Amino acid sequence: MDIFAQLLNTTLGTLKDVFPIAVIIFGFQFFVIRKKPANLPEILMGFVWVVIGLSFFLLGLEWCLFPLGRLMAEQLTDPVFIHGVESAQQLATAVHTIDWLDYYWVYLFAFLIGFSTTIAEPSLMAVAIKAHEVSGGAIGVWGLRIAVAIGVAVGISLGCYRIVVGDPIHWYIIAGYIVVVIQTTFAPKMIIPLAYDSGGVTTSTVTVPLVAALGLGLSETVPGRNPLIDGFGLIAFASLFPVISVMAYAQLSEIRARGQKKAAEKRYKEES
Amino acid sequence: MLKLMWSMLSSMRDLLPIVLVILFFQFFVLQQPLPNVGQLLLGVLFVIIGLTFFIHGLEQGLFPIGESMANAFARKGSVFWLVTFAFCLGFGTTVAEPALIAVAAEAASVAANGHMIESTDAARLQYATGLRLTVAFSVGVAIVIGVVRILKGWPIHWIIIGGYLLVVVMTMFAPKEIIGIAYDSGGVTTSTITVPLVTALGVGLASSIRGRNPMIDGFGLIAFASLTPIIFVMAYGMII
Repeated sequence: MDIFAQLLNTTLGTLKDVFPIAVIIFGFQFFVIRKKPANLPEILMGFVWVVIGLSFFLLGLEWCLFPLGRLMAEQLTDPVFIHGVESAQQLATAVHTIDWLDYYWVYLFAFLIGFSTTIAEPSLMAVAIKAHEVSGGAIGVWGLRIAVAIGVAVGISLGCYRIVVGDPIHWYIIAGYIVVVIQTTFAPKMIIPLAYDSGGVTTSTVTVPLVAALGLGLSETVPGRNPLIDGFGLIAFASLFPVISVMAYAQLSEIRARGQKKAAEKRYKEES
Repeated sequence: MLKLMWSMLSSMRDLLPIVLVILFFQFFVLQQPLPNVGQLLLGVLFVIIGLTFFIHGLEQGLFPIGESMANAFARKGSVFWLVTFAFCLGFGTTVAEPALIAVAAEAASVAANGHMIESTDAARLQYATGLRLTVAFSVGVAIVIGVVRILKGWPIHWIIIGGYLLVVVMTMFAPKEIIGIAYDSGGVTTSTITVPLVTALGVGLASSIRGRNPMIDGFGLIAFASLTPIIFVMAYGMII
């Protein structure tokens, strides 16, 4: 395998993705704003770093994470693994009764892979860095990332459960929306836009391919599911639950801060 | 150089959970040896290098240009150009998004299976292209709505909750086959390069307009960009 040829290929692919964005950005910069940005060479270098970085990142994922992750999704959803039967003939008789509990390894895998891929998601890092900067440090980079990752993890495992039992997706999504609306009225005002945003940033380069493989594998092997209909929807779960978990995180830290303040006041009173 | 080493280390830390999860399932649950260990290690190394470079480029290129453009537009005071820019950025970054191309192709085969369109390659291609343009258009609209919201200082939750209501109502009427795809399309639109740019644009705008709080008004653009595709894709499924 020729590493350099592959690297070049991926770089060209990334360039193709970045090209329209660069045209829009620099087109408006030079024809509408008509002013050079303060440090143009540095910014252009930044774009070069982004392209190189993404190319390495994607190629590395293609080599190590994706094939292994996809293989695992296939193996874990394989009825032979789940029902402990040895051949396809036995399977036909064994799977008449499917119990959602049989799929516990799938749920655990969904949870852990959802969590860990979200931690490594570059767009989430970008938003976390920005939120940390804008909030003057009130929102921790790690706090936000872990809150989002827990949301994705819960969302994907619940999504897998839905595929196994075969419930229609919209009831889950609508229930999630209702929770979001209720939380919106209680959560600190500052966090709301960021929480809404965190739904969209979680699912990109790292998470989507793996999650799609998991959904497809499940809907192909669970009897009575149609991959074309039931295979979709995991990404929707993964973008809804972080909204809930980020607001919950903000609510918890507010409650904790209030408790600490009270304790401090009490101590102050006792001392004086 | 020291900074580079440091960010390499933090990239490693970011990647560690995935490695642990994969190793745990491979050895303890599936009980199989790792295939191609050499290539795997090289892949991990590439991911670490790539992440480090990307974060570096983000702070050096994407964030500054997004913010400096937001400042320049705010100073220029031309809403028309700002809105045009917002639309182009949303549309242009989405239309070529690889994840979207994949989902659109998948959706076309679902539609062909459900006899919503003819089962020919031409009909499928037409359906997929139409869907892609619909989603890209909806993201363009989303960024425009988001930018206008920042200018006017509207509270975000009414718009999002209104959008949710619309999604719920449309779910009742949309063809069953399209619903899963529609819900998913909200998540696939925002790519790794778009997110930092759009975030920097929103935060930059909110910080350069007086009376706006970058935390409360600056975020939220991506939320719109992941909500409108759901609505537009369901509408597309209802019309076709």
